[in-house]
Amino acid sequence: MATKIFKHIQTSVVPLPIENIDTDQIIPARFLKATTRDGFGNNLFRDWRFDENDNPKEEFVLNNPNFSGKILVAGKNFGCGSSREHAAWAIADYGFDAVVSSFFADIFKGNALNNGLLPVQVSEDFLKKIFDAVYADHTAAVEIDLVDQFIKIVATGEQETFEVNPYKKACMTNGYDDIDYILSKKELIEEFEGK
Amino acid sequence: MGQTLFDKIWDAHVVSSNEGFPDILYIDTHFIHEVTSPQAFDGLRTRGLPVFRPKQTVATADHNVPTIDQHLPIKEELSRYQVDMLTKNCKEFGIELYGLGHPFQGIVHVIGPELGITRPGGTYVCGDSHTSTHGAFGAIAFGIGTSQVEQVMATQCLLQSRPKRMKIEVNGKLHKGVGAKDIILYIISQISAAGGTGYAVEYAGDTIRSLSMEGRMTICNMSIEMGARCGLIAPDETTIEYVKGREFAPKGEEWDKAVAYWKTLYSDADAQFDEVLSFRAEDIEPMITYGTNPGMGIGVTQHVPETASFEAKEQGSYKKALEYMGLHDDEQLLGKPIDYVFIGSCTNSRIEDLRQVAEFVKGKHKADNVTVWVVPGSKQVQEQAIREGLDKIFNEAGFPLREPGCSACLGMNEDKIPAGKYCVSTSNRNFEGRQGPNSRTFLASPLTAAASAITGKVTDIRTFLKEEELVS
Repeated sequence: MATKIFKHIQTSVVPLPIENIDTDQIIPARFLKATTRDGFGNNLFRDWRFDENDNPKEEFVLNNPNFSGKILVAGKNFGCGSSREHAAWAIADYGFDAVVSSFFADIFKGNALNNGLLPVQVSEDFLKKIFDAVYADHTAAVEIDLVDQFIKIVATGEQETFEVNPYKKACMTNGYDDIDYILSKKELIEEFEGK
Repeated sequence: MGQTLFDKIWDAHVVSSNEGFPDILYIDTHFIHEVTSPQAFDGLRTRGLPVFRPKQTVATADHNVPTIDQHLPIKEELSRYQVDMLTKNCKEFGIELYGLGHPFQGIVHVIGPELGITRPGGTYVCGDSHTSTHGAFGAIAFGIGTSQVEQVMATQCLLQSRPKRMKIEVNGKLHKGVGAKDIILYIISQISAAGGTGYAVEYAGDTIRSLSMEGRMTICNMSIEMGARCGLIAPDETTIEYVKGREFAPKGEEWDKAVAYWKTLYSDADAQFDEVLSFRAEDIEPMITYGTNPGMGIGVTQHVPETASFEAKEQGSYKKALEYMGLHDDEQLLGKPIDYVFIGSCTNSRIEDLRQVAEFVKGKHKADNVTVWVVPGSKQVQEQAIREGLDKIFNEAGFPLREPGCSACLGMNEDKIPAGKYCVSTSNRNFEGRQGPNSRTFLASPLTAAASAITGKVTDIRTFLKEEELVS
């Protein structure tokens, strides 16, 4: 089954300079009762974004009309906590194609890659440069190229390369799917079971 | 060169290993539950695939179930629909379901071990990050996302790159009133909520070795709270004794064969770890968390750190956490009034936890300002507690024993801590809103939680232990 293809984007970014953003913040557990993958974007960062009467909290970045774009930029250890893939679904469903941070939790990173949402790990210094650029000019664009594995602040030309598992890169740039790959080795699985 | 325990188990499960690709790892048992499986079953339907090995898949309903009146239909419509969907999916795909009302129902990480499904040397996955619990048996156990749940359903395999290996040793004698929960909260407070990311962590040392299986499960359970991919402890006589005779444990000749294999499962003396950390049991106090991630923990008599003690770039996140918790720099938690006590979750809801709490609260009564919930980890734990008369002790103490489920650990069902209220909780996460919108969580051991319920404020269990020693 083909998955979403990601090769290159260039867009403005949404800054969220908070560390240890856990998956309970990204999508609180009470919204995990849905049995499909759709619509989680409405509840992305629910309790930071809305008050108890469901009114938008003005101070939260997703409610600030100055900031928009397809790249979410967040503090280190993004996506820690629960394994809920709903967190990756919520971020993608809201409209983000990539998340940039100086450190990602393992399970979140895997879940993101399985959903065509690219986690881009940068140095602490580069993360600060992105925050500085976007706070100086909220339209500041960032370019992410998965094929050549670099991220660039367009206005200044500053860039950094990033790591990605070569297999997952092939999946994302071609739309390959893990299950198709494993099932292509079905004979080996049965051979293993027979041992 | 020798091998680590982790590598021995990993190598025994590699179906295919290709340069540039993650390994294809065979999974012995796949545990599933109602919350992270429906989209995976949908995926199988779309692909026209069956569950590859339904007999190696075990289902239960735990995350989203009520903990009172489980014999009645679930009131909340979305929850009922989700639980019914699991029943329907299990029937359609031929999977054994330990659903509500079944004598084996319970929190997935409690029932696997107590049924003898979790065994040394095995590989286990579940769409839940606390799957690391099963590593206590000397097994590899990963929490996975729903796409991977679908992957394991479709292939009985997981595509996974081998993580780095870390050894965490704890040696020495624990102080009275300090237990497994304090050990793991202490370790996480020392290495941070991200300190184990990218690693499979093996816990070793004589302190770890002295723990019961249930204590070891508490330790491995919270491996994910330091970001680790999994946690594991080499099997020994304690492990073998625990597994022996359980419902699905091997029997007869199979048992002897299994035990002989399990005895080969340890890290060789010259095995290389990517990282080795050592801690002294004597340095560990009863622990409590003050912040909004499990790394923000202190000894119960210590003070909350000052903002200025953090690097400038971390201060914003730190201030946000303290503000959320309604705390200030240098505050001491000891003596702070609390509103709720939750004893339960896959970390601390097993029979030993309940026995320990019952023994302590016998003849005492909770403070008027506190609501206490005791939620057993499984139907079997609940019935065992009742057989031992623990429910009566709990009732007399004002600690009602509820029915099994994840409950207020994640507040998916109606067991939510109200906004602004403080809860001393034996669960594993103190994230913002984890136990209900704007709830405030102090993570602690069952003994610290029980003592705090009695006094109505954050309490050092050791003050009670001293008094009781004097009396006796």
